[in-house]
Amino acid sequence: MGIRERLSGNEAVAVALKQIDPDVVAAYPITPSTEVPQYFAQFVADGQVNTEFVTVESEHSAMSACITATAAGGRSATITSACGLALMWELLYVASGSRLPVTLAVVNRALSGPININNDHSDSMGARDSGWIQLYSENNQEAYDNYIMSLRIAEHKDVMLPVMTCQDGFITSHAIENIELLEDDKVKKFVGEYKPEHSLLSGERLSIGPYDTPMFYFEHQYQRARAMVDSKKVILEVSKEFGELSGRHYGLFEEYKMEDAERAIIVLNSTAGTAKAVVDELRSKGEKVGIIKLRVFRPFPMEELAKALAHVKAVAVMDKAESFSGIGGPVFGDVRSACYELKTRPHIINYIYGLGGRDVPMSDIQIVFDALKEVVKNDNPGEIYRHVGVRGV
Amino acid sequence: MAYNLKVEASKPERFVGGHRLCAGCGAGVAVRGVLRALNDEDKSVSGVATSCLEVSSCLYPFTAWNDCFIHSAFENVAASVSGAEAAYNALKRKGKVKDTYKFIAFGGDGGTYDIGFQALSGAMERGHDMVYVCYDNEAYMNTGLQRSSATPKYAEVSTAPVGSKIPGKAQFKKDLTETIVAHDIPYVAQTTFMTNFKDLHEKAYKAHYTPGPAFLNVLAPCPRGWRYPPEDLMAICKLAVDTCVWPLYEVIDGEWKLTYEPKTKLPVTDYLKPQGRFSHMFKPGAEYMIEDFQKEVDKKWERLLKKCK
Amino acid sequence: MIYVKDANLNLPWNEVNVAGNIYGGGTSLDVNTGDWRLFIPAWIEEKCKHCMLCFPTCADSSIPVKNEKREDFDFKHCKGCGVCYKVCPFDAITWEKEDK
Repeated sequence: MGIRERLSGNEAVAVALKQIDPDVVAAYPITPSTEVPQYFAQFVADGQVNTEFVTVESEHSAMSACITATAAGGRSATITSACGLALMWELLYVASGSRLPVTLAVVNRALSGPININNDHSDSMGARDSGWIQLYSENNQEAYDNYIMSLRIAEHKDVMLPVMTCQDGFITSHAIENIELLEDDKVKKFVGEYKPEHSLLSGERLSIGPYDTPMFYFEHQYQRARAMVDSKKVILEVSKEFGELSGRHYGLFEEYKMEDAERAIIVLNSTAGTAKAVVDELRSKGEKVGIIKLRVFRPFPMEELAKALAHVKAVAVMDKAESFSGIGGPVFGDVRSACYELKTRPHIINYIYGLGGRDVPMSDIQIVFDALKEVVKNDNPGEIYRHVGVRGV
Repeated sequence: MAYNLKVEASKPERFVGGHRLCAGCGAGVAVRGVLRALNDEDKSVSGVATSCLEVSSCLYPFTAWNDCFIHSAFENVAASVSGAEAAYNALKRKGKVKDTYKFIAFGGDGGTYDIGFQALSGAMERGHDMVYVCYDNEAYMNTGLQRSSATPKYAEVSTAPVGSKIPGKAQFKKDLTETIVAHDIPYVAQTTFMTNFKDLHEKAYKAHYTPGPAFLNVLAPCPRGWRYPPEDLMAICKLAVDTCVWPLYEVIDGEWKLTYEPKTKLPVTDYLKPQGRFSHMFKPGAEYMIEDFQKEVDKKWERLLKKCK
Repeated sequence: MIYVKDANLNLPWNEVNVAGNIYGGGTSLDVNTGDWRLFIPAWIEEKCKHCMLCFPTCADSSIPVKNEKREDFDFKHCKGCGVCYKVCPFDAITWEKEDK
């Protein structure tokens, strides 16, 4: 049996870090993720972990230190939000390109500008093409579980890619909820030791991060792309093993009342909780609605998602981030593409919602399900790129 | 142990040939000199900022580094190496690493004085046991001779060209060594290549084996960028020192010490004249530039002498 | 993960070292940078006093020293910059245009 506790999402990640006891944590404060390194600093100060805690002067240096620490054979981790993640951008690509399994807990917050400290997904969505695996978490429990699993996924020999686990800033990072923790020894056993085949401090002579000419660069990128494809299998294996250990089972996404659903909403992170409540309400009135909560956004579960949506008549993809492409948000683009080869495919529309901490009441989700009803009735998606929660729209 | 070049020269080479640095490049000479000061039994991890040195010395699948090497970006080498040092401390503590490793960050002046300055300042302040080595060739040579804050006043560089209105770079060179001294770290030194390399060697040795952070600023001439014949590398270095344009000194726990005092302080023109980048300073009407340059060198030299007393 | 020690230029993607890691040090010794030379130094052994002043000035580590004695140039890597010729106090190094 696990340990029953009441923790905020930030505390949950900090506790996971304490149980894992990584070799190096390098972090820089930024709202709303700041609490995680604060809690961790206290664990260091109290001798509860054996970690080198590097209080870097920027997020750029945090990621830089993690990259080299991991290359040196240490297990390293960092934590950030929003502009902090943006400042890491350059190094995100280096971490994945150098195939170094750094783990990063992202507490999602809107990107500037103008500056805003509240939640949306513009930070991690912007990093979606950086070669990082991305896991999203509905609540503190999932943030904790995903973080523990992220090490095993990242360090798997067939993957060797960094992983970011995301949760919603303030909404789950600062909300105290019930949680079931694993015992320390179980976590330690589950994550095991980081034993890379090669590392800077292993006694061998090794050069990492060469200048890569056109003669080899493409092959190296292909390897990285293949690793991302192959990681899907590993994510499922690790999740299965974690399920056996914890009793909490995770897939690539969660289907909620989807078996006979005619209308469906796709969401990430905490909005799933709100959407589930709306689904329950509508189901009690006999409406065939369901939701899909994406857990794994990178790699994108294309075939699996298409299969799950094949019987649905209309789908609304809810993006908590703009992509400014003029044609909808980032999750929408991938979901719509995933369904293209279906024999009969649903109408798929996009809703941008909740930007910069805009509250997402159940009534907004209701609006989306109502809109899908119109789409089904008209057998026509109408306007595809829509917004909900913006005044005057 | 007294410095003996013959003994030092007989050590195994930690930076080998076959790299793509230009003929007579100061960067290669600097790296060899710094690594030679390591004790034979010690291993090393060198982080290198994006630079001529990086793209020329480690180009897949060929590395000139005989120990461990890592590159990740331009502006982060100090942070990058501090991560390796942190991992080393953790892994040593856990008994997972047996050997003794030394950690060195190499950056050019662009990667050190400019874009990497924040990471450098952070790493020095945090007190990592590492050596930061700036090989200062006074411009962004890798991208084609653009101005850096290390470029001397009046030098002609591609983003501060000599024109009919503006005579090359407008500002004096930033004094980075003094800036790092102000971080109050255990060891800071300024050096270059002198005859038997005793100055560079001894400073590098102290930097490696003084616990905590150390900083070495090594003037590393670039024959192409400075426009002097490559074979004159050592003469250019000697002139930089004898004109007091690049004084040799060290600061140990806040104590300033001059490590070389020219017998006769030469006029700056002796140093400027052989270099094409300063050629416009010798045209009629440009005398004020020489005067200005000399005045600045004199001022800084006097100030340094006071600190070293 | 794929780890290959030697990378030849025509390897397919799955035989190329992961992320461009290079295993083993000093692999650049395989590269012939001697063909960059316009000028070539020559070592006159009889005149050499083994003072070593030339040795540290070589950017290309092309003046081998064994047991405190220098040996002939490593012409596979020497780029012919002439720095060693300039610093030799004993005229034990010449430096001339190379006939190719």
